[in-house]
Amino acid sequence: MALRAPTLTRPTPTRRVIRPIGLLTALGALAVCALLSVTVGTKPIPVADVWASLTAYDGSYDHDVIRSLRVPRTVIGVFVGAALGLAGALMQALTRNPLAEPGILGVNSGAAAAVVIAVIAFGAGGAAYVWPAFVGAALAAVAVYALGSRGRASATPVRLALAGTALTVVLQGLIHGAFVLNEFVFDRIRFWQVGSLTGRDIDVLWQVAPFLVTGVVLTLCLGPSLNAVALGDDLAATLGANIPLIRAATAVAVILLCGAATAAAGPIWFVGLVVPHAARVITGPDQRWLLPYAAVLGAVLLTAADILGRVVLPSSELEVGIVTAFVGAPLFIALVRSRRMAQL
Amino acid sequence: MSDTLAPPRRPGTSGGRTTPRGSFALRLFGERLSLLVRPRTLVVCLALTLLSALVLVVSVSVGDYAIPLRAVPGAIAGYGERLDVFFVQGVRLPRALTAIGVGAALGIAGAVFQSLSRNALGSPDIIGFTSGAATGAVTVILVFGAGRVAVSLGAIAGGLLTAAVVYLLAMKNGVQGYRLVLVGIGVSAMLGSVRDYLLTRAELTDAMGAQIWMIGSLNGRGWGEVAAVWVCLALLGPVLLAQGKRLRFMELGEDTARGLGVSTQATQLTVLAVASALTGAAIAVAGPIGFIALAAPQLARRLTRTGGTTLVGSALMGAALLVVADLVAQRALAPVQLPAGVVTAVIGGSYLIWLLYTEWRGGRA
Repeated sequence: MALRAPTLTRPTPTRRVIRPIGLLTALGALAVCALLSVTVGTKPIPVADVWASLTAYDGSYDHDVIRSLRVPRTVIGVFVGAALGLAGALMQALTRNPLAEPGILGVNSGAAAAVVIAVIAFGAGGAAYVWPAFVGAALAAVAVYALGSRGRASATPVRLALAGTALTVVLQGLIHGAFVLNEFVFDRIRFWQVGSLTGRDIDVLWQVAPFLVTGVVLTLCLGPSLNAVALGDDLAATLGANIPLIRAATAVAVILLCGAATAAAGPIWFVGLVVPHAARVITGPDQRWLLPYAAVLGAVLLTAADILGRVVLPSSELEVGIVTAFVGAPLFIALVRSRRMAQL
Repeated sequence: MSDTLAPPRRPGTSGGRTTPRGSFALRLFGERLSLLVRPRTLVVCLALTLLSALVLVVSVSVGDYAIPLRAVPGAIAGYGERLDVFFVQGVRLPRALTAIGVGAALGIAGAVFQSLSRNALGSPDIIGFTSGAATGAVTVILVFGAGRVAVSLGAIAGGLLTAAVVYLLAMKNGVQGYRLVLVGIGVSAMLGSVRDYLLTRAELTDAMGAQIWMIGSLNGRGWGEVAAVWVCLALLGPVLLAQGKRLRFMELGEDTARGLGVSTQATQLTVLAVASALTGAAIAVAGPIGFIALAAPQLARRLTRTGGTTLVGSALMGAALLVVADLVAQRALAPVQLPAGVVTAVIGGSYLIWLLYTEWRGGRA
């Protein structure tokens, strides 16, 4: 995989300037979002107090809120957003499919079904969702890809979306059956399946952190190889790329990232879809730039959506999964309508 | 359309034949009424009717309170032990009849939707009708806490609205099959998050009730529901059947159909409205039971081996499917009663996977 990136076209001078500046701007936006996420809420807390709670903890209520609720929530939001953004970018690169996304491809339902099984079998809660979510995400991803890429033609966007939908239907049916049989399971899962950062313990982050970090590092190493894959399998092989190895590594990274994100925050739709498309507008197709952008923009989107969910309703909070669905679904539909899709 | 599911083309039959092999024309009233009768279709339809009747009798007889089969006909007519009569007339018969009516309505409506979109996936499940109906009903249940009639109306309104929105969003130089399906997936995902939100904001009991309604169930359906769905079938079914020939012409393509003298837009609008109303009625009675509308027309077409859609066959197939699914749902984990929608989703979804699997096996893009 130690491969020099074959760039199709030399980046235009403007793009060469814009890319680093854009990434710095995005990082700045992420810092602002993180700061807002710690200060904004049902009880607004001034920045000075936030700083004090971290440096000189005095045990007051405000400090407690910051340290035990808002900081974990913000950190988890940043990590989950980055993971989803990266996972979406990887899936789109691997499948050469503009509609690839953990939700659409059934990975979320796979994780959800496995979590339901875990809740039934062990009465698991919180951090114990991690392993089942992984297994479920992995199985669903493999199943959908196998079904979608059946036959001589490669997995087209429509096929993968349909395969994901079909799998989702079956798994939803089974999940609903479990709901009817066991009210306790329903009570647990209905809060988990929305996709939320509320009330997540910092322990959850420690549980998923090793997987997240491995996934992120693996992904960032894959950039040059994915550039080669983008040229098509034959050309990439001619250039010396080990296609099966690249695909396998990408799949492992996707499963690590999706599984960790879903375990930490529940199934969240459309972040993985929207973010790579937004990033591509700035970076162009070069994966070495696209991937870091996807990570940062994913984190920005998720924290921003979380903040929006906190302020949009006067009395209560809107879960982040609902906000992202309402931001992402229109974009999905716009993509489906676009000329590019019509030719796929 | 390369990625949508084309009607199955078996080896050995040529697609372009106009007079199907092994069929004969039935002419009545001196040419005024002529029907093309294919013995195979006839046999399949009869077999499906028999199957439905058989399962009806079985599902009336089995249960935690078992009634011997030979006592069933008497109990249906009102004779025999009082408890037998109560269970048969009061509980099990209306439930089974509702299942047959709802299944038939979904089957025929699904056939129309698929025929219009020329796409096996153009069923109300995929294009967002079902999802919209579920969202409408859950909103009524959890936000307004209203009763059954209001819930049904909410479901119909939600379904129609969503289907219209999906249809409009998918429109761009006409509606193409795959775009309709993908837009449906997007809109359904959005509505799903609305439902999830509402479910988390309600008390557990209310949320559970809403959840079960959303799955679709025939538990506790009585004669009122039987009347509702069968009256709709009797009124709207013939309208669709009368348009059946035009629908088949339209499957050949709009231009061809127009050339054959079909006023395509009027036909399209009529059958779309009627099929939507039938779907709405079915959902209002039993909740959004999934995948009958998707699977029934496809299965019927495969069994009868017709090139196009068969409305009667789809209706009978839908009825048979749902009455069987409901029997399975009642008895699979007895004494726990599963909602029929769980069974249809698992079976229907598996069928969809199988459908995709076989359609793509040949490497057709």
